Amino acid sequence: MRTTIRLALALLVLFVLGVVAVAIFRPGMLPQTAVTTPVNATTAYLARGEYLARAGDCVACHTMPTGRDFAGGRAMPTPFGNIYVPNITPDDETGIGKWSADDFYRTMHSGLSRDGALLYPAMPFASYTKVTREDSDAIYAYLMSVPPIRQQNRPHELRFPYNKRDLLMGWRALYFKEGEYVPDPKQSAQWNRGAYLVEGLGHCAMCHTAINALGGSSESKAFEGGMIPNQNWYAPSLTSNREAGLGDWSLKDISDLLQVGISHRGTVYGPMAEVVYNSLQYLSDADAEAMAVYLKALPQRDSEPRPTSQARLVSPNVMETGRKTYEKWCAVCHGGEGKGHPPNYPPLADNQSITMASPVNSIRMVLNGGYSPGTRKNPRPYGMPPFAHMLDDGEVAAVVTYIRVAWQNSGTPVTQAQVNDLRKLLPE
Amino acid sequence: MTPPSLSLRRLAIAAATGAAFWALPATAADEAVPAFKDLDSIEARVQGCVTCHGQNGQGTQSDAFPRIAAKPAGYLYNQLVAFRDGTRQYPPMNYLVAYLPDVYLREMAEYFAKQRPPFEAAGAAPADAAMLARGKAIATGGDATKGIPACVACHGIRLTGMEPGIPGLAGLRSSYIAAQLTRWRVGSRHAAEPDCMKRIASRLSESDIAAVATWLARQESPKDPSPESSNLVRMPLACGSQR
Repeated sequence: MRTTIRLALALLVLFVLGVVAVAIFRPGMLPQTAVTTPVNATTAYLARGEYLARAGDCVACHTMPTGRDFAGGRAMPTPFGNIYVPNITPDDETGIGKWSADDFYRTMHSGLSRDGALLYPAMPFASYTKVTREDSDAIYAYLMSVPPIRQQNRPHELRFPYNKRDLLMGWRALYFKEGEYVPDPKQSAQWNRGAYLVEGLGHCAMCHTAINALGGSSESKAFEGGMIPNQNWYAPSLTSNREAGLGDWSLKDISDLLQVGISHRGTVYGPMAEVVYNSLQYLSDADAEAMAVYLKALPQRDSEPRPTSQARLVSPNVMETGRKTYEKWCAVCHGGEGKGHPPNYPPLADNQSITMASPVNSIRMVLNGGYSPGTRKNPRPYGMPPFAHMLDDGEVAAVVTYIRVAWQNSGTPVTQAQVNDLRKLLPE
Repeated sequence: MTPPSLSLRRLAIAAATGAAFWALPATAADEAVPAFKDLDSIEARVQGCVTCHGQNGQGTQSDAFPRIAAKPAGYLYNQLVAFRDGTRQYPPMNYLVAYLPDVYLREMAEYFAKQRPPFEAAGAAPADAAMLARGKAIATGGDATKGIPACVACHGIRLTGMEPGIPGLAGLRSSYIAAQLTRWRVGSRHAAEPDCMKRIASRLSESDIAAVATWLARQESPKDPSPESSNLVRMPLACGSQR
């Protein structure tokens, strides 16, 4: 009951904000000029656009698994219903064939469709707004050069009131700050390049900043991590050395994780494997390193204290079950001391992703296994088998507890109930 | 339960190689436990498969997972690509291979196609004689009145499949065979067009599927599990996966 009232209040606030915001800041109408910028279609320019489109991972959402590139149609499940991603091939009727470079920039920069409709923030315009006009034009030129595909867009299936686009004015007032990236003169060119990629095209904040009940991310919590709605993976904090904070990683390990998918400190799986597969593996070494420089320098903001020794107590029976399970199933790859065989079999000892407060990813890996993505620098990745059918909830909880506390790891025990909740979900 | 011969064989291999990268755990008498000799090998890379499909693709005790050893590489590759692209739906597989490139999936397929692990003893679950007779009739002679060709016409007289795209049926459990036929019949599993298996499965009744799956799973294991070569037989229906 109280949640209902709270939700109703929240919606009311949103609505009022929306109305006010519509009145005051009806956003982003660029001057509609009759003269369109001539498209510079040299091969080098198109290749640059393609590179940037990959850095922005456009293809991941705008392409169906077996569909034609950029033809859209893919359902994106959100807590508010399904959003169907539009066709961005240059088809005149169903795609963006009639869009000008101005129209395209306005979408990237202001989150408005060509007809002025407000875009849902599933499109990461809150990040893409940082992209320069020059880069937006190059991406536009590239998209105009791909084969046009005639495929009608599917209307979204969002529940009331989320199907009312004008409510997005409220969302925008709270969570959207329009503006291209402004380099910080106190930082190096490399750091600024990394910041531009991470905050802009890379749209890392979409997952690595917690999403609240209104589907927004608070800037003050930037990169502090959060559950990814509907995918049920935990995107770790990039600012906490207890999670995926990279303060004590080498630059090589960070750039390898991004570009290769594996490193001596950890490996990507799940949604991050998709990002590496579709996007980050194509980065130049210089850009991967720039991102690494920026990520490593993010301020450390450990919002959570280290767990107390009380919180880390594990019953001897659980520890013994965990140890036996580990010896039987895990030690062959990860080693008796949890050192693994990096980069191919990741270490579990002294690995932040094992000990961080949320055990979700570790439990999911034990249940469902996983392959790191096949990339240009690691085309034949190693994989972990699923154990959901071999181990019961008690054994999974025990073995995850074991790897979180053994070898001086500083994690806390997990419960059978946590395992059971994740077991009910489909692997994805 | 693992047949003792298997665990003895494993111990013998472990003792003989001596160069085992990690010592096999004392409890490794289980074909589903990860184990490998060299880290930089395809064997080590496919450890992601073994808890379901067994160390050598022989299958495991779990009914849901098929034997994949010695199936034609083309068939295994088609399945891996279909799982990756979501055209064959099974969430645990879709998830595992989602971000693996074609060349690597081909290598995995070829690895398991080369494996020759022994068969388990055929299951002898009770079945009534009429059902077995119907199953045998469909498998070995088909049903001309319903336009159903014999299984053996394409899957081989020894049920070991045919290069490059038709899987062996030997060593599969009846529940797995029945589930796949049902999926084809209701349209949730497909193969390349022309989809011969769809034409056949849609002509089978539910009781036909139960009968043929039961009969197939009771057959003696072939001595040589290799698939037949593709140019020996003229197939009764056109199949896209044979092109």
